[in-house]
Amino acid sequence: MQDNNFQDCVKCTLCTAYCPMAAVNPIYIGPKQAGPDGERYRLKDKAFYDYALKYCLNCKRCEGACPSGVRIGDIIAKAKLESGQFRPGLREMILANTDIMGTLAVPFSPIINPVLKWDISKKLMDGVLGIDHRRTFPAYAGQTFTRWYKKHAKKQQDAFSKQLYYFHGCYANYNYPKLGQDLVKLMNACGYGVQLLEKEKCCGVALISNGMGGQAKRQAKVNLASIRKAGTTVLTTSTTCTMTLRDEYPHVLGLDNADVRDNITLALRFLCEKVESGEIKLAFKSDYQKKVAYHTSCHAEKQGSWIYSLPLLRLIPGVQLTVLESSCCGISGTFGFKKENYEYSQEIGSKLFNNIREANPDYVATECETCKWQIEMSTGFEVINPICLLADALDVEATKQLNQVR
Amino acid sequence: MKQYDVIIIGGGITGAGCARDCAMRGLSVLLLEKADLTNGATGRNHGLLHSGARYAVTDSEAAAECIRENRTLRKVAAHCVEETEGLLITLPEDDLAYQAKFIESCQKAGIDAKAIDPKEAIRMEPAVNPDLIGAVMVPDGAVDPFRLTIYNAYDARLHGAEILTYHEVTDFLKDDSGRVVGVRAHNHIDGSDPEFHATITLIAGGIWGTVLAQKAGVNVGMFPAKGALLIFGHRVNNMVINRCRKPADADILVPGDTICLIGTTSTRIPIEECDDIRITPDEVDLLWREGVKLAPSLAETHILRAYGGVRPLVAADNDPTGRSISRGIVCLDHEVRDGVPGLVTITGGKLMTYRLMAEIATDMICKKLGNTKTCETATTPLTGSDGPALKTDSHTRSSVKAAWGRHGSHIKDIRSESTYETSLVCECEEVSVGEVKFGIEQLEAKNLVNLRRRTRLGMGTCQGEVCACRAAGLIAKSNACAESAKKDLASFLQERWKGMFPVTWGTTVREAQYTSMIYQGLCGLDQWAVETSTTRENPVLSKKEL
Repeated sequence: MQDNNFQDCVKCTLCTAYCPMAAVNPIYIGPKQAGPDGERYRLKDKAFYDYALKYCLNCKRCEGACPSGVRIGDIIAKAKLESGQFRPGLREMILANTDIMGTLAVPFSPIINPVLKWDISKKLMDGVLGIDHRRTFPAYAGQTFTRWYKKHAKKQQDAFSKQLYYFHGCYANYNYPKLGQDLVKLMNACGYGVQLLEKEKCCGVALISNGMGGQAKRQAKVNLASIRKAGTTVLTTSTTCTMTLRDEYPHVLGLDNADVRDNITLALRFLCEKVESGEIKLAFKSDYQKKVAYHTSCHAEKQGSWIYSLPLLRLIPGVQLTVLESSCCGISGTFGFKKENYEYSQEIGSKLFNNIREANPDYVATECETCKWQIEMSTGFEVINPICLLADALDVEATKQLNQVR
Repeated sequence: MKQYDVIIIGGGITGAGCARDCAMRGLSVLLLEKADLTNGATGRNHGLLHSGARYAVTDSEAAAECIRENRTLRKVAAHCVEETEGLLITLPEDDLAYQAKFIESCQKAGIDAKAIDPKEAIRMEPAVNPDLIGAVMVPDGAVDPFRLTIYNAYDARLHGAEILTYHEVTDFLKDDSGRVVGVRAHNHIDGSDPEFHATITLIAGGIWGTVLAQKAGVNVGMFPAKGALLIFGHRVNNMVINRCRKPADADILVPGDTICLIGTTSTRIPIEECDDIRITPDEVDLLWREGVKLAPSLAETHILRAYGGVRPLVAADNDPTGRSISRGIVCLDHEVRDGVPGLVTITGGKLMTYRLMAEIATDMICKKLGNTKTCETATTPLTGSDGPALKTDSHTRSSVKAAWGRHGSHIKDIRSESTYETSLVCECEEVSVGEVKFGIEQLEAKNLVNLRRRTRLGMGTCQGEVCACRAAGLIAKSNACAESAKKDLASFLQERWKGMFPVTWGTTVREAQYTSMIYQGLCGLDQWAVETSTTRENPVLSKKEL
């Protein structure tokens, strides 16, 4: 019962009102019932687990809505893991094991990327695995971020007097190394050397939501050991990884991270705080002109991290910023890839897609990689992490001078 | 005019059990209840399926009765019983020597009690106080008194009995010879005062029955003792936890459905106070303090409400001073005892022994009527307990499992074809629209309190905040009267508040404030508030009254 504050719920049902899934799917019983209400029954007998819990997106918007601070999403995630009724199949193994898939795919990315786009392979994955054929798979990179880092960046880092660590996550490593490269560029310009952790595994969020708690726990222990060893700030670029490392480890997996939790921080938060305190100064290109629409991803909403992204984006003189109404894009990590969820996924996102079309920006800015896949596939607009946007717009030389970097 | 074989006064577990037994033996039966079934002492107790262990040392006869009925109810009323098993723990301040005496007494009474290692007790029931120095396992369990009574009444109806709730017996009808030949009752729904005729009139009204009996010139000494209990928001324990010592205040913690409850106190009160029991802060303190000794996590557990009931303790017959109290079953033939033919009283006893009480009373009635059919209630399962276990798979909704727990084989009567019927009215207790309709149509719920007792609607952590207005809407639909539903809603919430009031702190006060904000602040429901009647029962309002 430890840490499970389900009894603080006063049944106001705000969580269910804010739940993107409950709004489109009558089968889903909603976070109030799946969470604190269901917990009473599960205490009586584990057999009271309700299969409809598989529809929980783990978006945590319920927790943001809750005026009583009930950790509704965590209660549901834990119930799913402990029920024993949510057994992962081959599809779940493939979708959730991002490290294995990424390691296998990257060397063959020139072949795999086009193959994943073929109709025939999409149909095959749909029929055999239950991965929806309408879904566009994110492309794998030609080389991983870590490989690039070792080849092109590692040596230079030791020259900096101030040092930081970077938890790159699977997306930056296997799919979009530019994000990691941009972070290194940005931090270097501000006078910080960027180190990689001794060992980094996938944060495990997909394992948690696909019922593989044991493996998630093993990976979490590796990550926590490396983060402890680093002993200083560990930056992240993904809101989801950040939330998993900081909150899901203790709340869902039961791993105490109190000693290092404060060290794990979203790079945007770190930058924003340093800019505000005057420790970091940023200079931007005068000719950079972009219309940007900011999308608050679910886990940015949960952690309140948009509060750091927006002031940073506003620093760029040529950025014309629109803040979109905060709403879920519908993909929820691996959820939207599954055949049976595709329709729900697109229906949930439809409001956001319309808002984006209306704003008609050059870029949609968001910190979440899976939002990027969903929005790009569903609207055709290009989605960019604010870190990349800052790096693109950065006047590197001027920034170096401001921060007295030689 | 219809002539019944027997009129039973009182719709508690005793009356309902008697109605079933009489009907099963082929008698024509009418049961009259002044309010709703279970409204009196039946609905206000622990819901403990006694193993008899608690009485083993002091009253071996009662203990033996209990364990026999315990085994019987597990078989014939399976859907009302939860086989949790029980622990009697010895804490450091208790005398461990009592344990040996206790086990010996249990064995004498036929109760399977065995000492277990305290570590084993903690493994079996992690909520138990880890400081315990001794533990005994006994075949205690939980029994839902509402379900048990309502399904006894339902079963009686299926055997031809008529059950009339909200019919308060006001007087007895006697013929010229002084024989009781029936009763006059006040119909609280339409305000009429009909008369009913029967060969035998059986008083099964507990404390209230004895007050009534005086009108027939019969005196039964009753000594009501108030017992207070606290209900917690969820189960902290899955086994009954008792203290292994001489029975004292607040030493039983019973898990019941989704909640657990601690009780009880014991205070003699005058008969006039039986209709309006208030729980005092001292009682709440005592219950909470003692409860935490049984299961320390109760200290941080949300308290739903406090309530109290009256034990119908009877003076041993022929002892006019009332000093000698019997906890045993008392069946009085007033023809022999008081020279009033046609009148029988069944009283005393316990929830646990209701079936035996019914058997004894029915035997006496049958003898008077010349009926020779034997009692079958010890072997024939109660309706609802007569089917196979629910077949479930991973797609079975938890609300279906909850409803099966409440209605057993009658789950087949709960409609679930449409999304509307499966949608939930009460979310805390997972009561669907289909189940509410079943409660109204089959179990004869007339108002929200009736519905609560038949489905657990409004018994959960929000105490009616979410479900009350939805259920009121469904009742209004069934009787086409929105105005009475609004009044019903107001008094239902008032009744819920009464139970929350003695424990309004922490999360309970937040919950209550939120409920009042919605219903008073937003909906302006106070204008519909009705004075609750002396029976503490929700009034059922007829259209005529409005």
